[in-house]
Amino acid sequence: MSEQNPSGKSARTTAGSINGAPINGESAKRRPAVSFVSGGDRHIRSRLMLSRVFAWLCRFSTYAALAVLVVLLAAIFYSSIGRLSPDFVTNTNSTSPLKAGILAGLWGSFWLILFTAMFSVPVGVGSAVYLEEIAKDSMLVRIIKVNLANLAGVPSIVYGILGYTVFRTSAAAIATLFDGKHVIGVLGLFKVRLSKLPIYEDNILVGALTLTLVILPTVIAASQEALRSVPGSIRVASLALGATRWQTIWRQVIPAALPGISTGVILSTSRAIGEAAPLIMLGALTYTSMCPGGIESPLELLTKPAQLLQAPLDQFTAMPIEIYDWSKQPDARFTAVAASGIVVLLVVLLSINSVAMVVRHFASRRLKW
Amino acid sequence: MTMGKLPAWAVQRVSRRHEKLIQTALFLCAALSVLTTAAIILVLLGNAVYAPGARNAFFEQVSLWEFLTGTHWKPIDGPAGRFGIIPLLSGTIMVAVIASLVSVPAGLGAAIYMSEYAAPREREFLKPVLEILAGIPSVVYGFFALKFITPWILKPALGFLGLELGTFNALSAGIVVGIMVTPLIASLSEDVIRSVPRSLREAAYALGSTRFDVSVRVVVPAALSGILAAFLLAFSRAIGETMAVVIAGGQQPIATLNPLRGAQTMTSFMVHASTGDSAADSISRMSIYAIGIALFAITLTINLISGWILRRYREVYQ
Repeated sequence: MSEQNPSGKSARTTAGSINGAPINGESAKRRPAVSFVSGGDRHIRSRLMLSRVFAWLCRFSTYAALAVLVVLLAAIFYSSIGRLSPDFVTNTNSTSPLKAGILAGLWGSFWLILFTAMFSVPVGVGSAVYLEEIAKDSMLVRIIKVNLANLAGVPSIVYGILGYTVFRTSAAAIATLFDGKHVIGVLGLFKVRLSKLPIYEDNILVGALTLTLVILPTVIAASQEALRSVPGSIRVASLALGATRWQTIWRQVIPAALPGISTGVILSTSRAIGEAAPLIMLGALTYTSMCPGGIESPLELLTKPAQLLQAPLDQFTAMPIEIYDWSKQPDARFTAVAASGIVVLLVVLLSINSVAMVVRHFASRRLKW
Repeated sequence: MTMGKLPAWAVQRVSRRHEKLIQTALFLCAALSVLTTAAIILVLLGNAVYAPGARNAFFEQVSLWEFLTGTHWKPIDGPAGRFGIIPLLSGTIMVAVIASLVSVPAGLGAAIYMSEYAAPREREFLKPVLEILAGIPSVVYGFFALKFITPWILKPALGFLGLELGTFNALSAGIVVGIMVTPLIASLSEDVIRSVPRSLREAAYALGSTRFDVSVRVVVPAALSGILAAFLLAFSRAIGETMAVVIAGGQQPIATLNPLRGAQTMTSFMVHASTGDSAADSISRMSIYAIGIALFAITLTINLISGWILRRYREVYQ
């Protein structure tokens, strides 16, 4: 087949690339048209065979992805047998593989994601609104857009270096400034007086700020896409009725784009849950049995208001970090612990993603342009 | 409609200052990304090339020539330390090449299948499968490589051929990184393949082409720039991939291209060094910044080339 196409590379010139077809080909020229049945028959059959083989190869590579997914999940569930039990979720880490649990990592990831979302959603959606709705095509805006595209390709570990050098050092400076001072916090009905608020340099906020930088390009891109799908007629109609530009954005465009924005934001934030590399670069704890702020159950969020102030400034570990730590333990019994950790992590990811799916489903039913 | 029936916000007077203020705030959000890039570059250069104050930057202690050409990486403080990037670079490239060998055929095959062959319903089923594969965290793939692929697939297969395989090896790390970036190649390639106009396909069919001819001789060449750009992006992603390589690839910085042994990549060295307990301004710790520059420069260059190919060689159809 391939020798019929004299220059495989010339195929770039779209229409010319069809010259591989047999009608213009050598074999068709040499034989009279009638022999198409006898001599050309074999030729056609081999061409059809090639086409069929190619289709099977493509189908194989697509379904191989499905097979890998099934094998991966099966291998993990199979490995987790022996440790995956309710007390795996209620225990904190331990040197004994029979007692080690993921509670500290679960709470660490919870606080990290809470603050990562709090930082990245306003900044991410704000940037997207600026780029899509306000910015004119200036040099500066073009620089921002190119820069965003490149930031999305920066390995997450590089953000870890940035977080270690900038955020962690700043946290250390703040810690020395406030160390030993009295801090009074008011939370709802509770008035809390803390004699001393310990601030750690490798705290949750430092981790969350770093993760924010990691996911920000994705959050911005997802929000931009959602804003772009809002038809221009809505903007024009709003402006024509005398609304200002900001009123149009805030009252019309953002509500219309909200389902898309929230789906995108949830999906990109869930990426941060699986990130371990930047957190390890920050010096997050790999082995700890302490939950941030000492809060170990959802009920304690209400009963220990003083600890709520402590948690963001406390040291932490996260689920992927604990999984990494268990995976590299030489004791083979930790394999089941690591696999159980992965099961918990995947369940958390799955439930977050299904929230996004539900949002997308209901939104697509309600809104029709 | 009388004014009284309008909601309060619609009749309130809006000051120009208020509008300007909001727009400025939004601009600052967008400008934060430029600040991030600047901060990354400043932090890396400020610790690797020239450090203000009493600390010594990495390249003030190790020459650039030694760093780029040295074939030994022994990041320890004192005179015994050797800082040549070649072992880390060879490990990184080996893993990325193995990943490409896995992901390029698989990703392109999947893209062609989903755009040219699959029925819409089949596609709707396959697309989420790839999305899930892309959404699984890196540590999970590391575990999969170390505890499943190496002992249950590669060890028996290579043992059958009489080859010795280490517990930590670049091969299994490369394979899982390849699995991780396959969805990226598949979805980016599928997008460009779908944007090839229908008329080209129909013209080719009319001339008697088989589906193979249409896919390989017409559609793929027409979408080639986008496909190449996707390959490059995936390659750069594989270079920056961390946790899977840390877990499955081992920690031996040896200048080798033997994928059956353990290898340390640039990223896995950075994780290894940051979990060590050396002092913050020791040279073994400062070497993280030097490797960081190399990693940042390599991935950025590949991404820029990818973007350039996409812009320069894009086929524009009416």
